[in-house]
Amino acid sequence: MNWLTRLIPTIGTSKSKSTVPDGLWSSCPACESVLYAPELEKSLFVCPKCDHHLRIGARKRLEMFLDGGAYKEIAADLITKDPLKFKDTKNYTNRVKDAIAASGENEAIVIASGKLESMPVIVAAFEFRFMGGSMGGVVGEKFVMGVEEAIKTKRPFVCFATSGGARMQESMISLMQMAKTSAALQKLKAQNLPYISVMIDPIYGGVSASLAMLGDINIAEPDALVGFAGRRVIEQTVRVDLPDDFQKSEFLLDKGAVDMIVHRKNLRLKVHALLSKLYKQK
Amino acid sequence: MNNIKQEDTNKYEQTFNERDQKFLEFEKPIQEVSEKISALKLADIGNPAIKSQIESLEKDREQLIKKIYSKLTTWETVQVARHPQRPHTLDFIKRIFTDFDELHGDRQFADDASIVGGLAYLNDKPVMIIGHEKGRDTEEKVRRNFGMPQPEGYRKAKRLMRLAEQFSMPIITFIDTAGAYPGIEGEERGQSEAIARNLAVMSELKTPILVVVTGEGGSGGALAISVGDHLSMLEYATYSVASPEACASIIWRSSDEAEKAAESMKVSASELKKINIIDEIIQEPLGGAHRNYDLTSEIIKKSLVKNLTSLQKLSNEKLIERRYQRLLKIGT
Repeated sequence: MNWLTRLIPTIGTSKSKSTVPDGLWSSCPACESVLYAPELEKSLFVCPKCDHHLRIGARKRLEMFLDGGAYKEIAADLITKDPLKFKDTKNYTNRVKDAIAASGENEAIVIASGKLESMPVIVAAFEFRFMGGSMGGVVGEKFVMGVEEAIKTKRPFVCFATSGGARMQESMISLMQMAKTSAALQKLKAQNLPYISVMIDPIYGGVSASLAMLGDINIAEPDALVGFAGRRVIEQTVRVDLPDDFQKSEFLLDKGAVDMIVHRKNLRLKVHALLSKLYKQK
Repeated sequence: MNNIKQEDTNKYEQTFNERDQKFLEFEKPIQEVSEKISALKLADIGNPAIKSQIESLEKDREQLIKKIYSKLTTWETVQVARHPQRPHTLDFIKRIFTDFDELHGDRQFADDASIVGGLAYLNDKPVMIIGHEKGRDTEEKVRRNFGMPQPEGYRKAKRLMRLAEQFSMPIITFIDTAGAYPGIEGEERGQSEAIARNLAVMSELKTPILVVVTGEGGSGGALAISVGDHLSMLEYATYSVASPEACASIIWRSSDEAEKAAESMKVSASELKKINIIDEIIQEPLGGAHRNYDLTSEIIKKSLVKNLTSLQKLSNEKLIERRYQRLLKIGT
């Protein structure tokens, strides 16, 4: 439309990277080495050659993180309606149906109650394959239900966020989830229950600018891209080439946005060690 | 008005006179009549024939404005919200409050002029005012980054809100921004964190917060100073998760579909009132706020006073619980 168009932060886009394929053989999106599925599973979906952390689904994440891969899911059945009757090239209800089929999840977040090294915890994991992990009313609601469960049961709360941002098709309802999830986290804080935010590639817009940044401790996986505005939007706005590491984990650490970068294979023990220091189990 | 640059002060005293009025595309018929009126006014006004012709044209114009503004499309509303002569935060501060002392800086990095804030009186009651300011002329627009804040803007706002809480002062915020600025420095200094932190802090601030969306409510950059107890919108203001252009480029892969995006996102005050995102629509004067700054300010002031009075009856505890419950209801 005009010059302003270029200045608006993009929420909900991200360059497509392949997720873990179903076949036995695949290739690493970073170094293109051939990957063998059973081996990949053992390496927690980190490329054995270049250490690239491949994208994994929410459920795989929870299985890897919680003791025995076991957990009880909270609010599994909540399904998104179409509150705005959003008119698009395809209608929103159908997009949601397609996302459910594509991801095998009911929404872009899974909330679990389980144990981490015997410590009871509540964990939220975003599902990027569900409309780019975007946050609409149901994602916000499930997140808050998770936080409230943590408050009720006096447990720590851990979130693995990976999301393009707020979901366009629910406009203001999505935007308000930023305030809603942040408010719930503030309630958790008031109870002196710890919140650890683990940032997974990628996180942008409304999810970055709310729940992902509000950890008592912020952790990033290696090579995660996290920012408010997308790289393309910034390049178009300021018309300079951005450095390769812009908005990557090292950059975030360097600029003070995260406390540490933790390799996927060390993640569960590190989160447990941190929680043990912050939190006295009652 | 203290502490504001003298040239700004003068600027916000005046409003646009008829001859400088800028017209939007859909206001063409209004423009034609206005031009006729201006031309006649240059002629002999003493002449009774001309005088009556002017009066008749002015009546026509009023009817025309009424007709056009009674059925604005969503896209036309977006244009009114972005009107170059739309009153800004400083215009409202000048007219609604007295004895404004602007307070500057986040105490950490800089003073971001795209957000103004400070102390003033609302009918003799001290209040904290915070709002986006886009700037009026080119120099000022550049200085204020066209109303698009950097992290330090949000951190200044947070500092002022804490100050208001400390001294039991209500907070009134004015929302008018295309969004938080997407730049390198903003990312380096934690744009996301600055916005997120404000959302968390505002949710439990022990003082009433009244929010008025006056122009563009652009995404997280608007939300970061608009979590509150009463959310109102001017009649032709807009509020959405992303600008129509950004939404269009995400969903339709083309910013040319902005008009469709604006409609689909339900950006207007009347649509947002229907789905209970906002509490109140503040009526604008005939033909929009840009046609009458004084009257717009008067109407906003009435709304603020009324709502503040009722919110101040609540204890802080109740206020915060109510604020939380209001948020919880959205999206269930």
